[in-house]
Amino acid sequence: MIKHHPNLNLLAGFVAGDLPASVAIGVSIHSQMCEQCRDKIAELTQRLAMQEFVEMDSSSFDDGIEDNVISNDMASMDFGNMIDAITADDEISEQAVSKSALIRIKDKNYELPKALNNVRMSNWLNLGKLSRSSLNLDEGPLHSHLLHIDAGGEVPTHTHKGFEITLLLDGSFEDEMGTYVAGDFIELDGEHNHKPKTTEGCLCYTVADDALQFTEGFHKLFNPIGSLLY
Amino acid sequence: MNHQHTLSQNSHRDTSTIKSRRMKSQNEDKAPAELSDYLMAVAADRDKQAFAKLFAWFAPKIKRIAAQKLNNDAAGFDITQETMTRVWRKAHLFSPEKGAATTWVYTVMRNVIFDAMRKNKTQQAESLSDDIWPIEDQISEEIPFQDHLMSRQLSELVKKLPPNQQEALTAVYFKQLTHEELAKQLNIPVGTVKSRIRLAVTKLKQQLGADND
Repeated sequence: MIKHHPNLNLLAGFVAGDLPASVAIGVSIHSQMCEQCRDKIAELTQRLAMQEFVEMDSSSFDDGIEDNVISNDMASMDFGNMIDAITADDEISEQAVSKSALIRIKDKNYELPKALNNVRMSNWLNLGKLSRSSLNLDEGPLHSHLLHIDAGGEVPTHTHKGFEITLLLDGSFEDEMGTYVAGDFIELDGEHNHKPKTTEGCLCYTVADDALQFTEGFHKLFNPIGSLLY
Repeated sequence: MNHQHTLSQNSHRDTSTIKSRRMKSQNEDKAPAELSDYLMAVAADRDKQAFAKLFAWFAPKIKRIAAQKLNNDAAGFDITQETMTRVWRKAHLFSPEKGAATTWVYTVMRNVIFDAMRKNKTQQAESLSDDIWPIEDQISEEIPFQDHLMSRQLSELVKKLPPNQQEALTAVYFKQLTHEELAKQLNIPVGTVKSRIRLAVTKLKQQLGADND
């Protein structure tokens, strides 16, 4: 069962369209897998729509639906022409049929989350049991990846200078804080040290705003790998 | 789940009723219920007058919100045009049982603004918003299916079936009606219900089989 969800701030930012694409994609994929968050998002959306269209609207006086009311805005902006231009075209948009793209990693097929349909992905880079593909969302310090860990694999103990979001897409993994299952949305910040490992293998979507830092013995030598992974 | 939003709207209305007629804004502190009917009229009949009314209510608000978010008046105008164009073209995807007209138009606008802001900030022209917030999904039937990947694929396929097969399938499999109950509801012979379902299931099987290759 999914135990880890985006917090309310993230959900609110998601609904408002204020999150960076990489983070919004994480929330989107989670909500496709989590009914509870889908319901919350629906409720927040309704509330925000009301706020933006009705409560915050200082101009709302006199812009009822009465025919005789045409606000200054309407006239000055030539909105009338806009209506004609829009309705002159009788085309309707067909319901988009989402093609489910499959990705193949280490001889296993995974369905690509719909939110990633139009995101450019790099080729897979393999490091032992780890494979990762970086997603090019062009968001400066925010880096997002698909990360695959083969059965029995682990990521050496590391910490983050910034934050890290891990959304488990398939399989499961464990760290010092517990076990995670598909759909879990895990948010970590610089306070956390962790060392995820997986018995059955897993595929994750990750977003981090900085390279991770390995904190333990031997792997410190490999800190450069951190920037490859996240 | 809490319902604070509905409570606060109601209290707004209660306090506003005694204000003078000049203070119309407070009396209208609520979206007109007709908005939803206008959307339906646009969807069903391509009703231009209904669209003009939707436009009169939404466009100035969209322009204000967009100009503020993008910090640019001209962009506000473009966003308004794009949003209202999508409303005109996608009205058939609105479903009043799923939510208010304001909510639906808001999501259309939010998506347009999101893509516009990304285009300003990045070198990328791809529109991601419809993948991140699939508007279509919000109108699809909820299918209580364990495997989400399968259920998503299935619900897409169900949506492509002819309407009467879709209806029969949804009623029997997802709303748990019996063949007889549905036949009665639609006033058609039980045999017709059964054959619609058979056709639908055959088609789904074919398509799922084909996709699994």
